[in-house]
Amino acid sequence: MSMKVSTRQVDGITILDMSGRITLGEGSVTLRDAVRDVLAKGQKHILLNLGDITYIDSSGIGELVSAFTTVKNAGGELKLLNLTKKVHDLLQITKLYTVFDIKDDEASAVSSFTK
Amino acid sequence: MADSTTSRVSYTLDSTLDSVNKIEQTAELVAMRAGFDEDTVPNISMAVREAAVNAVLHGNAYDPNKSVTAIFETTAEDLVIRIADQGTGLNPDTLPDPLAPENILRGSGRGIFLIRAFMDEVNFRQLHPGTELILIKHRTPAQAAS
Repeated sequence: MSMKVSTRQVDGITILDMSGRITLGEGSVTLRDAVRDVLAKGQKHILLNLGDITYIDSSGIGELVSAFTTVKNAGGELKLLNLTKKVHDLLQITKLYTVFDIKDDEASAVSSFTK
Repeated sequence: MADSTTSRVSYTLDSTLDSVNKIEQTAELVAMRAGFDEDTVPNISMAVREAAVNAVLHGNAYDPNKSVTAIFETTAEDLVIRIADQGTGLNPDTLPDPLAPENILRGSGRGIFLIRAFMDEVNFRQLHPGTELILIKHRTPAQAAS
C-alpha cells in the first residue's frame, strides 16, 4: 500500500493526514512533495498526522528529519501527531524522539504552535 | 555433524524496489513460520528490508546488470538471512554513528543501525565483488518446536 496525504487547515495550522507506508521510493517522495507544496504556499506551521501510517523504514525516518529541518530553515515549525507504537519505538531507538515535538491530541497540538 | 537446517529458500533478484518488497514479504513469512511473536516479526522483516535496500540502492546502485541474492535459512537454533549484492563493497567500520549529535539530523544513514538494533547478530562478508550481510535471530526452544 502506497502512502496517501490529504491536507486541511485548522486555525492557521496546516495538517497533513498521512496514511500507508513511508518507505524508500513512493512514500518518501510523496511526503517530501507534500511538505514542499505547503511551504510554497507560505504555510509554515505544519502538523504531520501519522496516525494511519502503518509502516516506516529508515528512508521514511530520514524523510521526516529532512522535512523537519526544511521547515525549520524556512522559519516555520513542523510537529508530529498521533504516532503509532511502531513509529514511536523507532523514534526512540534513533534518539529522534527528543528532536521532534510530538503530540497525541490534535487540539492541543494546533494551539501549541507559535503564532 | 548433522545438518540442522530445517528449511532453506533462496532468490536471485533484480536490483529494484520490487525485489526489496519481495524480500521483505518473504522475511515476514519465514519469521512467522519460525515461531517469532507478533512484536518480533515486524522487526525482523524491517531489518531484512533495510539490508535489501542497502544491497539494491547502495551496493548495486539499481544496476540492471547486477543482482541481489537473498537466502533464508531456518535451523533449530536460528533464523539466518543472507543478503548479497555485487557492488563495490561496504566497510561497516567507516559508517558514521547516526546517534552522534553531528549526525542526528541527517536525512540518511540509519539502515545498518536499525538492522543491528533488531537482530541478535549481524555479520559482513566481503565478496569479490560485493558484500553479504548475514542477519541472525536466535530462536527459543519453544519457537523451534513450533
